[in-house]
Amino acid sequence: MSGSKEIVGQIKSIKNTRKVTRALEMVSASKIRKAQDRMQASRPYARMIRQAIGHLAHANPEYKHPFTQQREDIKRVGYVIISSDRGLCGGLNNNMFRQLLGRFREHQENGQEVSLVLIGKKGQQFFKRIKVEIVAAVQDLGEQPQLEKLIGSIKIMLDGYRDGTMDEIFLCYNDFVNTMTQRVTVDQLLPLPPATDEPMLKYWDYLYEPDPESLLDDLLVRYIESLVYNATLENLASEHAARMVAMKNASDNANNLIDELNLAYNKARQAAITQEISEIVGGAAAV
Amino acid sequence: MASTIQCDIVSAEAEIFSGAASMVVITGEEGELGIAPRHAPLLTRIKPGQVRVMLPEGGEEFYYVSGGMLEVQPHVVTVLADTAARAADLDEAAAVKAKEEAERALSDRSADMEMAQAQAQLAEAVAQLAALERLRKNLKR
Repeated sequence: MSGSKEIVGQIKSIKNTRKVTRALEMVSASKIRKAQDRMQASRPYARMIRQAIGHLAHANPEYKHPFTQQREDIKRVGYVIISSDRGLCGGLNNNMFRQLLGRFREHQENGQEVSLVLIGKKGQQFFKRIKVEIVAAVQDLGEQPQLEKLIGSIKIMLDGYRDGTMDEIFLCYNDFVNTMTQRVTVDQLLPLPPATDEPMLKYWDYLYEPDPESLLDDLLVRYIESLVYNATLENLASEHAARMVAMKNASDNANNLIDELNLAYNKARQAAITQEISEIVGGAAAV
Repeated sequence: MASTIQCDIVSAEAEIFSGAASMVVITGEEGELGIAPRHAPLLTRIKPGQVRVMLPEGGEEFYYVSGGMLEVQPHVVTVLADTAARAADLDEAAAVKAKEEAERALSDRSADMEMAQAQAQLAEAVAQLAALERLRKNLKR
């Protein structure tokens, strides 16, 4: 019976693990909803800003903001990388990091250097091991990311772009498509891709208080911040979705293991009983 | 019924108000603004303060914004409210903090290095001890 006792212990421990994975799965499932709501709530702001910028660009075609101008010679490329703070979410972060490493290698082959702004703990743990410059980092955004926490690191990137140390800036995150699919997305933040909205029929212009240049600057900074903020929300929803799927798989695996172990336990038990019976029968025959 | 103007107050984190208004009163950078329907297009920064939305059916709603941008078109008022208190020096402080965080993350690497070194030394010591033990046993025999 000693074999069967061990199996009972194993079954117990796997059942405990299954309890944990199930709980995590359910927690993530409820958090996805909330994250999606938050994504929804942040959309109007970005949309309105984009509209205002579109109007501005149409109204003042002669003024070119540095953020909208392409640079010929690209020496240093900046990446804003959004990752999760916690693990246990399948290959979500690692898939993204691997793709990024490929891009970094390309940049290095072209003689371009790479600077990083890391949002999320996992990104920090990963990228501090390789040889790239990390200019800023933020972590512990929690369930309700606040724009306030992102402002500083975005400013470092924008300042770098303004004074010419960086020539291109990309934003990298996991786009939430649906619960089963999250897509690694790399968007160009700066220079801003030219707006593609429909041309305006009638010429009109705003009254500006105080002047269009500084207003456009403010709007663009806010627009970029809202893009990064949106991306963190997308990434948060993706994280929960990926964790839910990973935990569901883990629970399923635990179920399979428990089934197998139950079978093994029953076999061991029956073997023990059979042996006992044959011993008794053998003993009786001997008497 | 008097004419109305569509008023949207949004922040990066949430939509705060959306609906018709007969007038919107807000503090712009260059002074107090009362925006009635068919106002000329206007773009300005706003100061921290109150936004007063007068509803067409009478009554008012108040919102506090800590700054942001105001966009006016003849039939739409959009308030892009900041969620955080913004000022050049505040932003600067946040930037410095983010930079420190990055440096801290990098300095953790040296801690890792020390750890790895310590582990290597430990493994060496254990191996030496094991060798000594074996020697002792051989001597006893």
